[in-house]
Amino acid sequence: MTSPSDFTPLFSRRQVIQMFAAVSASLGITPEANAATVGVADTFAKGYGTDPTLTKLYKPGDVWPLTLNAEQLRTVTALCDLILPADDLGPAASAVGVPQFMDEWISAPYPLQQEDNPVLLEGIAWLNTEASKRFSKSFAELDAPQQATIADDICHITMAKPEFREAAQFFERFRSRAAAGYYSTQEGWKAIGFVGNITSATFDGPPAEVLKLLDVEQTVK
Amino acid sequence: MPIIAPSKAQPEYDVAIIGSGAGGGQMAYTLTLAGIKCVMLEAGRSYDPQTETPMFMTGSQAPLRGAGTPDKDFGFYDATIDGGWDVPGEPYTQASSKKEEQFWWWRARMMGGRTNHWGRISLRNGPYDFKPRSRDGLGFDWPVTYEEIDPYYTKVEMLIGVYGTNSGMENTPDSPEGVLLPAPKARLSELVSQKFGKKLGIPFMPIHRAVLTKPLDWQNIPKKLHPGNEWAQKIVADSMMRRAPCFWATDCGRGCSISANYQSTTVHLPPALATGNLDIIPNAHAREVLVNDEGKATGVLFIDKTTGKEERIKAKAVVIAASSGETVRLLLNSKGGKGIANSSGLVGRYIMDTVGTKVTGHVPILENVPPHNEEGAGGSHTYAPWWGYKDQAAGKLDFARGYHIEMGGSRSMPIGNNPVPDDLVRGSYGKKFKQDMRRYYGSIVSYACRGEMIPNEKSYCELDPQVKDKWGIPSLRWHWGWSEHELNQAAHARRTFTDLIESMGGTVRHDKTEAARDYIEPGGKIIHEVGGAIMGADSKTSVCNGWNQTWDVKNLLICDGSPFASNADKNPTLTIMALAWRAADHLIEQAKQGNL
Ligand SMILES: Cc1cc2nc3c(=O)[nH]c(=O)nc-3n(C[C@H](O)[C@H](O)[C@H](O)COP(=O)(O)OP(=O)(O)OC[C@H]3O[C@@H](n4cnc5c(N)ncnc54)[C@H](O)[C@@H]3O)c2cc1C
Ligand code: SF4
Repeated sequence: MTSPSDFTPLFSRRQVIQMFAAVSASLGITPEANAATVGVADTFAKGYGTDPTLTKLYKPGDVWPLTLNAEQLRTVTALCDLILPADDLGPAASAVGVPQFMDEWISAPYPLQQEDNPVLLEGIAWLNTEASKRFSKSFAELDAPQQATIADDICHITMAKPEFREAAQFFERFRSRAAAGYYSTQEGWKAIGFVGNITSATFDGPPAEVLKLLDVEQTVK
Repeated sequence: MPIIAPSKAQPEYDVAIIGSGAGGGQMAYTLTLAGIKCVMLEAGRSYDPQTETPMFMTGSQAPLRGAGTPDKDFGFYDATIDGGWDVPGEPYTQASSKKEEQFWWWRARMMGGRTNHWGRISLRNGPYDFKPRSRDGLGFDWPVTYEEIDPYYTKVEMLIGVYGTNSGMENTPDSPEGVLLPAPKARLSELVSQKFGKKLGIPFMPIHRAVLTKPLDWQNIPKKLHPGNEWAQKIVADSMMRRAPCFWATDCGRGCSISANYQSTTVHLPPALATGNLDIIPNAHAREVLVNDEGKATGVLFIDKTTGKEERIKAKAVVIAASSGETVRLLLNSKGGKGIANSSGLVGRYIMDTVGTKVTGHVPILENVPPHNEEGAGGSHTYAPWWGYKDQAAGKLDFARGYHIEMGGSRSMPIGNNPVPDDLVRGSYGKKFKQDMRRYYGSIVSYACRGEMIPNEKSYCELDPQVKDKWGIPSLRWHWGWSEHELNQAAHARRTFTDLIESMGGTVRHDKTEAARDYIEPGGKIIHEVGGAIMGADSKTSVCNGWNQTWDVKNLLICDGSPFASNADKNPTLTIMALAWRAADHLIEQAKQGNL
C-alpha cells in the first residue's frame, strides 16, 4: 500500500490525444507525421509542484496548456453566460474570465479535474448535438429562449427525464465549476455579498441591523 | 550566526536541534537566549513569511482559482511548502489495506514546519488531562502535573500572544489576569449558535488563538519572561516590537507577513537568530542521531539535500522535534538501524490523533442576510469547551473522555470552490441562479468534534522492512485502530450537532443511517499527531522522563508531540511549546552544573 492520497500526475489518454490533435491541426500535419508530439505533451503533464511562487499572477495556460478547441470554447462561453449572465448583481461570466478558467480546469493534470474532463467534454458535445437536433444550429448560435429550452430539460438532476439524466449530471457539474470560477473574482464577491480582503483598524462584528434581524446580541464586549 | 550551508558549520555546538516547528522553535528560543550555542537542522527549505506570504492575492490570480490539488492540498495559497499528505520521494506505507486501519500522515518540509499554516488554536490542557488514568483507569498518566506546566503555559501565551477569555469551566484552565489578549467580536453564525446552544446546554464562547488583537506589551512582557537577563529582554522586546497587530483581513492559513499570528518563523526564530547563538542549516534531513560507546549522543548524521551527500554535526546534546512520525523514524534508524532510546520497546507505540467528525447544516434563518464583513482574525473566534464532565462522572455517557466543538460558518472569501452546495441551487440558472447564490451564501454552518483519543495497542508506527525514501532511509509503516470510546464519542457529537442544527430550524446535510465507523475521520486526518515516545515515571513503560529526556540517552531530548502520554481534546501545540520551554530550562540548569 502506498499512502492514502497517492497520485501520479499524468494526462489522461483522452487529453493527450486532444492536445495532439490540436497541435497537429495548428501545424497542418497529420497525426502519423507528428507522433513525437505525444512525448512533448508528456513533458507538460505536470502540475505546479509543491513549491510554486505564490506571490505572482497566473492566468489560465501559464502552468499547463489549455486544450479546448475554438468550437468547444464557444460552447463553454455560451453556457457560462447562460448560467451567469450580466444583471444588476454583476457582469456576465465571460467578462471575468470564467470560460478560460473552465478550459484551465478541464486541461489540468490533477485527479479531480481529470475525472471532470470526460464528463464536461462529453456534455459540451451533447449540447451541440442537441442544439442541432432541435434547431439545426450549434449551441452558441442559439438565442436565449432556444438555449433555455435545452437548459430547462437538464438543469435539475433529480427531476430531469430519464433521457436527460446524463446531461443533467453534466449540467450540475458544469454549473458548480462555473460558480467556483465566477465567485472567486472580485466581481463575483460583490454579486454574492462577500465583503473583505481589505484592512481595517477594528473588527466590529455584524452590524446592528443584522443582529436585530436574527434577534441576537453581540456577546463579546 | 545565521542561516548557513553545512560547510559553514562550527566544529562543535552545545546543542543540535532537529526540526524548526513549534517544538524546535521554542527550544532554540529558550536555549540561545540563555547563551547556549545551537545548530538547527531543518529538512525543508528556508522560508521568509515577510516576502513570500500571498496576503491579499485573490482566487482569480491563482491557477484553478486557488482550488486545492495534490500539490497544494489545502489550496494554492496555503502556507504549506513541499508538504501535504504526500511528500514526493518520501513515501510511507500502511500495514493494512482496510481504510479504518490506515493513518493519514501530514508533513511540512519548510522552515517553521506546520506552524506556518496551522489553525493557531491554543488551548491549555487541564489538570485532569495530565492524570487521565488516575481518573478513569484508561491510558496513561503523565509524570508531570498541571501545576508544574501552568507557569510555562503562561510564558508561552505571553510570548506568542493568545486572544480569548477565561471561562472558569471545569478542566478548562484560566490564564492569569492580563495574559490573554482581547477576544475578537463574534460573527453572526457564532452568535446564533451561542443562542441556540444555550438551550441545549452547549456553552459557545470565545476560543483561544495565537493572533495579536492588539500590540504585545513589549515594554513589560520581556522582563517577565527573562527576569534578570537584560540582554535577552532587549532582544525579545525588539522582536515583539516588530510584530503588528492583526488588520482583520486575510486567512491565517496563508501565513502572516506582518507577524500578527504565531509562526515559528516570525516569533521564535528571529530572536533566537538575533542572539548570535544559532546557526540554521536548511535542506538538512537528519538520518541518525550519533551515539558513542557510553550511550551518549554526540551529534547528528544528516543528508544535505542540496548535494545528496551525508554530513555530520557534533553537539554535546541533541534535541529532536521533527513531529511524532519523523522522530520515531529517526530514533529507529539510528545506530545503523538498531535504534536508540528504545530499551522499553515502546518507540513508535501509542500514536494518537484527535477524534474528528463534522456535521454541516443549512440554516434558513441565515439566508439573505445583508452583506457585511466577517473576516475577523483570519480563523475561528468561537468554540465550545467540553461541557460533559458531570454527565461522565455520573456514568451517563458511553465514552470516557471529552471533546470540544470548533465551528465554521462565516461569510468567508469564496476561493476555488462553489461557495454554495449544488443541491440548494438545483434547477436554477441565469438571474435566478445568481439570486439563489446570494441567498444561500452564509447559510451553511458546520460543527466539528475535536475529541480525546485514548492511546491503544493498535495504533503505532514502525520501520517498513522494504520501502525507503529517495536517500535510501527506511520509511515508516503505519497501523491504526479506534476503540469504542472514540466511536461512541463521535456518535455523541453527531447527535448533538444534529440536534443543534435542527433546533435552529436547519437541515443537516448527511445521511442519518451512517454508522460512527463511517463518519469518524481517519487516523491522522486532524493532524494532531502525538505519541510514539511517551513520557512516564518508569523507564520500563515509557521512552522519556518528565523533562522530555530519553531514559536511555540522557543528553537526548524529544520536544515535539511524541512524549505526550495522552492526547486531550485540547489541540496539542501550546502544550508542545510549554513542555519544550520547561525542558530547555532544565537543560540550561544542567549546563550550569557542568552536566552537558
Ligand atoms: C492545517 C493544520 C491546522 C492545524 N491547526 C492547529 C491548531 O489550530 N492548534 C494546534 O494546536 N495545532 C494545530 N495543528 C498542528 C500543529 O501544526 C502541530 O502540532 C505543530 O506544528 C507541531 O510542532 P512540531 O514542532 O512538533 O512539528 P512541525 O511544526 O511539523 O515541525 C517539524 C519540522 O521538522 C522538520 N523535520 C522532519 N523530519 C526531519 C528530519 N529528519 N531532519 C530535519 N528536519 C526534519 C520538518 O520539515 C518540520 O519543519 C495544525 C496542523 C495543520 C497542518
Ligand atoms: S487575519 Fe490577522 S493574523 Fe491572520 S493573517 Fe490576516 S492579518 Fe495576519
